[in-house]
Amino acid sequence: MNLNALWEYANPKKFIQTTDRVLPWVAGSAALALVLGLIWGFFFTPEDYRQGSTVKIIYLHVPSALMAINAWMMMLVTSLVWIVRRHHVSALAARAAAPVGMVMTVIALITGAIWGQPMWGTWWAWDPRLTSFLILFLFYLGYIALWEAIENDDTAADLTSILCLVGSVFALLSRYAVNFWNQGLHQGASLSLDKEENVADVFWYPLLVCIAGFVLLFVALVLLRTRTEIRARRMRVLLARERMGA
Amino acid sequence: MPDLGKYAEAVLSSYAVSIALIAGLIVVSVLRANRVNKQLQEIENKVKSNG
Amino acid sequence: MIALLIRDFRLAMRAGGGFGLGLAFFLIVVTLVPFGVGPQSTLLATIAPGILWLGALLACLLSLDRIFALDWEDGSLDLLATSPLPMEALVTIKALAHWLTTGLPLVLAAPVFALLLNMPTEGYRPLIISLLLGTPALSVIGTFGAALTVGLKRGGLLLSLLVLPLYVPTLIFGAEMARRGAEGFDTTTPLLMLAGITCGTIALLPFASAAVLRVNLR
Repeated sequence: MNLNALWEYANPKKFIQTTDRVLPWVAGSAALALVLGLIWGFFFTPEDYRQGSTVKIIYLHVPSALMAINAWMMMLVTSLVWIVRRHHVSALAARAAAPVGMVMTVIALITGAIWGQPMWGTWWAWDPRLTSFLILFLFYLGYIALWEAIENDDTAADLTSILCLVGSVFALLSRYAVNFWNQGLHQGASLSLDKEENVADVFWYPLLVCIAGFVLLFVALVLLRTRTEIRARRMRVLLARERMGA
Repeated sequence: MPDLGKYAEAVLSSYAVSIALIAGLIVVSVLRANRVNKQLQEIENKVKSNG
Repeated sequence: MIALLIRDFRLAMRAGGGFGLGLAFFLIVVTLVPFGVGPQSTLLATIAPGILWLGALLACLLSLDRIFALDWEDGSLDLLATSPLPMEALVTIKALAHWLTTGLPLVLAAPVFALLLNMPTEGYRPLIISLLLGTPALSVIGTFGAALTVGLKRGGLLLSLLVLPLYVPTLIFGAEMARRGAEGFDTTTPLLMLAGITCGTIALLPFASAAVLRVNLR
């Protein structure tokens, strides 16, 4: 497939036409994978000998944490595309993805905290991973707030894309800083049992399905929301034209 | 329902919160999509009939 | 370039320029902490480095919107943008002016306020060095945030929301250095990290700030 052909979808009209056809399938697959994965994981997997039934939280925590990071990376890529090629669909896709990424971060935070509670005895602990996700949440919040604060569409796209770039560097920096900061406490008590550790097969397969479900859910939501952003932008343009014409 | 033992509250609340948040996000996105779509169609019809 | 620096410095120094406000705010924070956590001197001594760092950071934060706001309002920012001075130099000078009028005074005041919080004597030198190394980063990062929100009325809260997550690495390493120093431990690692972050931000962030300012001045 010619990679240049991908840019055709940067045309708003073509994007909407294509997603008209594609979105129902993506949404359907997402629903299927999620239902399948979660039911499999919740009902048909054993308990972990150390963590008991809380290991079942893995089917929510790991996929949402992965998507929280991936959403930001997608925003980074689309922001770069906007800066370099100025395709409006790209900028709007970043705007569309941010709330989804933020919700994923919140799910990762809440499930992470609940999962940690039996181990730590408190509902919140400044574990490096949880702390990093809290900071990521703040980055999402700031990004969304900046979009909302600026009236001019192109200015907002420019400013938020630069913010995303700078934010990405600092988010990475924060990850290392937080790991360093947390060294002193609870050595080895951080939230393990995810991709880095050896997850037994019996847990791994349903986890894969859940991850796939979350990825598809993310894609479906971003496609839907980008369509909305494209239409909202067109609406603003038409309204502005009317005001000037009349 | 599998026997969740003493962690039942933790596991069930994580599932409940996560599913609620996802459902909420989907509902909000769909509602907004429909609303914007409708508004856009109204404006486009108005523009067509004016121009 | 020097002329701009002197001009900004003078503007900050005159009445209404907000020079003393950062210091006053720092003092208020330090005074309020014992009311919040209780007056036991051992507790205060333990948290002193962190509180001093936080106080300095928040005092910096408060003065950020002044960096561009006044020039934006009276149109001099547009004039400065069209001058032969490159935008990157402009934002760096602005950050430097901010540091000289806000950051540096905080560094000098910190030992005095550290007295109020019973900080151990070994802590003074690491505290001052960490603040000296870290506050320039706070000014440069703050200038980026100020450039982003320059056009917005009442953008102060948004400015804080945008800038505070960016402050986290500097705060972590700065406070860690001050804490380790106060407890008598080796401070090399956080010092190097802190210095690295400051140098990196000074070298790279002005490009982003300049780009942002250009967008807002369109």
